[in-house]
Amino acid sequence: MADKEKTPLFGPKEKRLLWDPINDNNPVTVQILGVCSALAVTSLVYKSVVMAIAVIFVVAFSNLITSLVRNYIPSQVRMIAQLVIIATLVTIVELTLKAANYAIYKELSVFIGLIITNCIVMGRLEAFAMGNSPWRSFLDGIGNGLGYGVILIIVGIIRELFGKGTLFAGSPIQLNIIGKSNDLVQYWIDTSPGSMMAWYSNNGLLALPVSSLFLIGIIIWIQRGRNKKLVDVS
Amino acid sequence: MELINIAIKSAFMENMVLAFFLGMCSFLAVSKTVKTAIGLGLAVIFVLGITMPINWLINHYLLSENGIFGMDLTFLRFILFIAVIASMVQLVEMVVEKVSPALYNSLGIFLPLITVNCAIMGGSLFMISREYNLSESVAYGLGGGFGWFLAIVAFAAIREKMAYSNVPAPLRGLGIAFILTGLMGLAFMSLAGINL
Repeated sequence: MADKEKTPLFGPKEKRLLWDPINDNNPVTVQILGVCSALAVTSLVYKSVVMAIAVIFVVAFSNLITSLVRNYIPSQVRMIAQLVIIATLVTIVELTLKAANYAIYKELSVFIGLIITNCIVMGRLEAFAMGNSPWRSFLDGIGNGLGYGVILIIVGIIRELFGKGTLFAGSPIQLNIIGKSNDLVQYWIDTSPGSMMAWYSNNGLLALPVSSLFLIGIIIWIQRGRNKKLVDVS
Repeated sequence: MELINIAIKSAFMENMVLAFFLGMCSFLAVSKTVKTAIGLGLAVIFVLGITMPINWLINHYLLSENGIFGMDLTFLRFILFIAVIASMVQLVEMVVEKVSPALYNSLGIFLPLITVNCAIMGGSLFMISREYNLSESVAYGLGGGFGWFLAIVAFAAIREKMAYSNVPAPLRGLGIAFILTGLMGLAFMSLAGINL
């Protein structure tokens, strides 16, 4: 215990816990965890942001709680114990979202419930929280949630901007970037016939869910191209 | 006839992996060879076929307003569903181990993985949101499981062939797997227009 007192609350080690999952050890692109929901909710940036916040909350707090009770869980039933913790947190998120913003709750539908089976949560509990102190597990949870959120938001921005021409559609700060202006909506870049950008039209492929697979594939390509350590040798 | 339509629809037009991306984690992780893919696929069909009717009964008789307790307990849905899935998987694992050690050896290691397969939980949640009745949810579970099986076996077969092609180094492995799944998803989208 004496050792623990000496270590600073937020030293370089803790910083690594937060930073690594965002970059070199990203849960989505490197560890292949939590891909299911990463693909289905990214059609709009707003949906991605809400989903990212929900996942950060669930991963961080389930890591914290599991780490607090880790010495009392018999190893045979640890999976069920972990699932109960996760399911409780997800229920809290679901009910909060339902009360706060029913429209986005309807949009996300089953994918909020599917955070329970999101492999990031279970993966971090097994790999980290079962063997580390509560504070470090909490930071690890936030880091991994952020790493997941970053990918979600990058894919969301590309899909919404080039697929629909808007950003944050559905939220109070909707931005209309590119498209055909009419009496109702004004776009920043006007593509109505006769204007300079009339040749441009939105890419229908990006509005489809499959496009997120291509985008994540390309993100992996870029990331591994820049960082040779991550290249799959097999 | 209605039931067959639901099963066919959930297997092809609304394929769990290729249209909703449910169960992608194990889809990508356990598809290196066709043999293991078949094992995991069979296990998923089995577990989906069992858990869907049980979860339907729980939702209908325990949690709904006119169930045994007479009050709306649907906020307990996630916890109960995941508990059913986890315990069913454990049960199936134990039964298979006792009854057929040969099957257990080929399938056993994948069974624990299925608990966290989004396809199982997703199936139950879709069943609720689409308001299927008991027999429809069994048909949906078996059809969806078959679709999942089909997708992972096809994907594993493609990946086995991919071993001989010259993919750019940074794209090798995971990257090309994502792009391949995307292409398969595009192909399956051509079925989406069929109306049964």
